[in-house]
Amino acid sequence: MLYEMIFAGFGGQGVLSMGKLIAYAAMKEGKEVSWMPSYGPEMRGGTANCMVNISDDPISSPVVNEYDVVVALNLPSLKKFENKVKKGGILIWESSTIKDPPTRTDIKVYPLRAVELANTELKNGQVMNMLILGSLVKLINVVKKESLVVALKETLPERHHKLIPLNEKAIDLGMSKV
Amino acid sequence: MGEIRFMKGNEALAEAAIRAGMQGYFGYPITPQSEIVEYLAMQEPNHDYVLVHAESEVASINMLYGGAGAGSRVMTTTSSPGFSLMQEGVSYIACAELPCVIANISRGGPGLGTIQASQGDYFQAVKGGGHGDYNLIVLAPNSVQEMVDHTIMAFELADKYNTPALILTDGAIGQMMEKVVLPEPIEYKPNKPWATTGKTKDRERNYITSLYIKSEDMEQKNFKLQAKYKEIKENEVRFESYKIDDAEIIIVSYGVSSRTSKKVVDLAREKGIKVGLLRPITLWPFPTEEIARLSKLDSTKFFLSVEMSVGQMVEDVKLNVEGRKPVYMYGRTGGIMMTPEEILEYAVKKYEEG
Repeated sequence: MLYEMIFAGFGGQGVLSMGKLIAYAAMKEGKEVSWMPSYGPEMRGGTANCMVNISDDPISSPVVNEYDVVVALNLPSLKKFENKVKKGGILIWESSTIKDPPTRTDIKVYPLRAVELANTELKNGQVMNMLILGSLVKLINVVKKESLVVALKETLPERHHKLIPLNEKAIDLGMSKV
Repeated sequence: MGEIRFMKGNEALAEAAIRAGMQGYFGYPITPQSEIVEYLAMQEPNHDYVLVHAESEVASINMLYGGAGAGSRVMTTTSSPGFSLMQEGVSYIACAELPCVIANISRGGPGLGTIQASQGDYFQAVKGGGHGDYNLIVLAPNSVQEMVDHTIMAFELADKYNTPALILTDGAIGQMMEKVVLPEPIEYKPNKPWATTGKTKDRERNYITSLYIKSEDMEQKNFKLQAKYKEIKENEVRFESYKIDDAEIIIVSYGVSSRTSKKVVDLAREKGIKVGLLRPITLWPFPTEEIARLSKLDSTKFFLSVEMSVGQMVEDVKLNVEGRKPVYMYGRTGGIMMTPEEILEYAVKKYEEG
């Protein structure tokens, strides 16, 4: 099993965090993981991304050209990475803010109104990324939802632990939408 | 088994230095290695080491010189332009034969360049960098785990040979996160009778210098250094081979490029092309004999140096192939990381050209 994924969006949308979280969760399940961020000017206001590989075997290249999973949270990311989804792969995109939908038909495309749902149903737009992660772990059997919660507990500083129930709710909501 | 953590390469290097019993750190922030300074500053209250956020890289390297001279286990870290600034001090420390660790988490150049990962500092690392006849022991980690292992190894090799050890890796390995297994902390007890720790009545004055004004003395110093470098070359060459035994194409690659190249080996073999990978772990001393050996095999058709530069390590590959087989090079610069597919395409093209 090898999943090659990329999470992309505006800096501040939580793309680096969601990549870190899923990688950490996979590591806790005993899998091999790599997390490679974009760093520098692009994360200061522009488009940020991180590549995450999860595998049963040691990971050779942390950088790949085509992905099993692309998560695009803004239009520039969608435009940039839609063509990089492997045939039959998965594209999840944020459909309440991106107005220009993807066009490929040889991949599985999942629109998710994550920003809107997070704002209306959870009253907190910031957990939008967790909603997306919820959908992702429902769609592919890469890590268990419980592992994501463990990852939250172990990676969030103590002072943010009060937010874990909200994050878990967001994961559940995401899981129910696909 | 040790403690398992999910860490950035830079953080792993910093944590390993602490566990290796580092006593002094002198550094200046520069992307993409700033996490090392940050991590060590954050951890300082919990440990016994001294941390100085220096005013420049020139100051850092001279503090390192002082700390090493006083017999402490010391380290500095930087990225490419910062390492250029340090070269005078590096040459002094090499001449003064002081053990210390330097890490260059390199970025794209020349000039201020880019903060993205690059491997354009190979020449600087293995051919001297500073002035005079000296070499550094150069280790090239290609994973977050090796950032830990090589940091500890660098301290040990530096002490063993009384020479500076350099960790040369790229911004990608510094920035990426992977699983690491951390070793138990070492209780480091320096045994450095030559150190300038203050003269006591029962011994002669210790004297550390890199100034040998008399030509005869300077030449003797060089003989001594060269004898040491010869010993290092004989004992410390490290490399890793992957599917090399029946390979027709031998990729030579280090750092993050060697990870990408490993994938190229597998992709090529799926197509029925026998590619193997030789990864130098020590860039100096370089695996000269292994490259010479491979170049004499009938099965070897050509070598391909894969590096994020316009072609630096390729020169050392050629030196040891000695014209027996063609040596090609594929690389990108400016912080652009090669994908396995583009390397494979180049390799296949060369293969089909015969």
